[in-house]
Amino acid sequence: MTAEAPRGAEAPAELVQLLTPEGERVEHPDYDIDLTHEEIRGLYRDLVLVRRVDLEAVALQRQGELGLWASLLGQEAAQIGSGRALTDADMAFPTYREHGVAWCRGVDPVNLLGMFRGVNHGGWDPAEHNFHLYTIVIGSQTLHAVGYAMGVQRDGAEAATIVYFGDGATSQGDVNESFIWASVFNAPIVFFCQNNQWAISEPLEKQSRIPLYRRASGFGFPGIRVDGNDVLACLAVTRKALADARSGQGPMLIEAFTYRMGAHTTSDDPTRYRVASELEAWKLKDPIERVRAYMFKNQIADQDFFDAVDAEADELGKDVRKRCLALPDPEPLAIFDHVYAEPHRLMDEERAEFAAYLEGFEG
Amino acid sequence: MTTLTLAKALNEGMRRAMEDDPKVLVMGEDVGKLGGVFRVTDGLQKDFGEQRVIDTPLAESGIIGTAIGLALRGYRPVCEIQFDGFVFPAADQIITQLAKMPLRSLGKLRLPVVVRIPCGGGIGAVEHHSESPEAYFIHTAGLRVVACSNPADGYTMLQQAIRSDDPVVFFEPKRRYWEKAEVDTSSAPADWTPFDQAKVVRPGTDATLLAYGPMVKTCLEAATAAEEDGRSLEVIDLRSLNPLDVDRVVESVGGTGRCIVVHEAPIYNGFGAEIAARVTERCFYKLEAPVLRVGGPSTPYPPSRLEDHYLPDLDRVLEAVDRVFAF
Repeated sequence: MTAEAPRGAEAPAELVQLLTPEGERVEHPDYDIDLTHEEIRGLYRDLVLVRRVDLEAVALQRQGELGLWASLLGQEAAQIGSGRALTDADMAFPTYREHGVAWCRGVDPVNLLGMFRGVNHGGWDPAEHNFHLYTIVIGSQTLHAVGYAMGVQRDGAEAATIVYFGDGATSQGDVNESFIWASVFNAPIVFFCQNNQWAISEPLEKQSRIPLYRRASGFGFPGIRVDGNDVLACLAVTRKALADARSGQGPMLIEAFTYRMGAHTTSDDPTRYRVASELEAWKLKDPIERVRAYMFKNQIADQDFFDAVDAEADELGKDVRKRCLALPDPEPLAIFDHVYAEPHRLMDEERAEFAAYLEGFEG
Repeated sequence: MTTLTLAKALNEGMRRAMEDDPKVLVMGEDVGKLGGVFRVTDGLQKDFGEQRVIDTPLAESGIIGTAIGLALRGYRPVCEIQFDGFVFPAADQIITQLAKMPLRSLGKLRLPVVVRIPCGGGIGAVEHHSESPEAYFIHTAGLRVVACSNPADGYTMLQQAIRSDDPVVFFEPKRRYWEKAEVDTSSAPADWTPFDQAKVVRPGTDATLLAYGPMVKTCLEAATAAEEDGRSLEVIDLRSLNPLDVDRVVESVGGTGRCIVVHEAPIYNGFGAEIAARVTERCFYKLEAPVLRVGGPSTPYPPSRLEDHYLPDLDRVLEAVDRVFAF
């Protein structure tokens, strides 16, 4: 063994960036974006609000009100940038951390919290938002997304599908199978991989010895790495990939290079496996701070705007907390609901038995 | 009435379902030009095109996972798993996604996906081509599991499975694919026995034989042989394994007082155990003997030169009949 890069991993990775961590706008030969000040203010507001919801959810878990929470801290730009690239007709398939994308799709954050509180396994209507339910088994949703995209293709509809997954998921068979299916059927799909550097405790080098976006070429479609903490670059790159998919040019893999600033979930303790200096280095690349700096420097917003967004965020946090605490527990017999679409005699029998058992405690 | 093999009856059932509903798709390995390794999808791609009869890449999880996605978009995929022993790469998608997504969505999502699996032994095949994995799927809430035993049921039950808004695992006894019987292809769906109901395929008074899939024929032969010994055996084709038509079973065993469950799958923790428990609970005071089980040994499926010893046959069923009368 040598200390050099393994065979096949020599070339340095390229990264699309439009906004530096210092808030400087930079040009890229293939990707550009022209946003109004209002649109930029809108992105900033999204970033701040989803971070605030996330913070509130972590607090609720710490106070025993949620069983678990998977924080998106640090990944706001990847999610808002890609989420805001979607049109209403596009369909998104998330993992369990896409709270920012859910926000962009109009899903009430309380619905996300309800799942982690344990009142249901997924409380929103995917068809209403074109945002599928959270999928917890790693990578399974990539196949659902490709199948859905094949359906879009058969319908002759002009819509794209985007599927989210993480760096760890790229090791899953399902993800690799979804790449193959998307490729051979030329499905209108965008694979959006948030490489947040950690799969719970396992660093990226446990999953891959090449940059993840380069996996795509082996499957026969383009891959690109984007600065996942740059909301403008994520928006520009995703918008282009979605447009290409809609126009029949097939799949694309986007690797959003980002960082999970928090724990994997509230059950995790990252101090056991990563050094504090790594987090400190990534804090300098914070996805929100760079937008704020850019807006200040270019007079896109004034202090009143930032204060108003902060105040709105606090109100949102309070509102989400209040409504989360008010979520009723489901009725015991709800266990038997929705297991089958059509009448099923075993469900009927067990529901009746359980109801009779429960009635035995009454009066 | 038309005389059809089971394979052809299934083919005709799929064809009719595809004609009736443009959202019905067929997908799997080699289902297109080849018509499937057992020719069950023969001619469908030619008549319905590659957009509706899809030769998939060779990955079972991919087949079921993309079928789920197609169903989410409003399609009704009928997936072929080439052989029973090859379903396991798809087990995760079937168990964690297909079975559970409707509940996860509080009923907002429906997954009308059919997973066709040729099952069972008796064809002299190599390893992984002769298994009976039904218990894994019967145990998975959210799935309907059915098994056809003859061409007429193959024709109707497959269409009923395709029309169902629930995911259905559909077992086809591969060694019966070439056996012929009369099929009424002009009958109306409203006249068909619901696919979650069992059928008494031979009435009798002294003992009840419960079977499904490939063992129904074996049990019918056993009943004929037992008649010569003066024993009247009732044979029930369970057809639906989840849900089980337990009332039909209880009605029969309540009358005969004796019950034998026959399946190819290993006995230990097999479906026969569930039936025995339920029959015992419901018929305790009417039973003349314990519920007996006839099945494969609790071993992996053996090399094919041994499969005749492994598989329940006429003698094994009759031996159990002797035992159930000896109590």
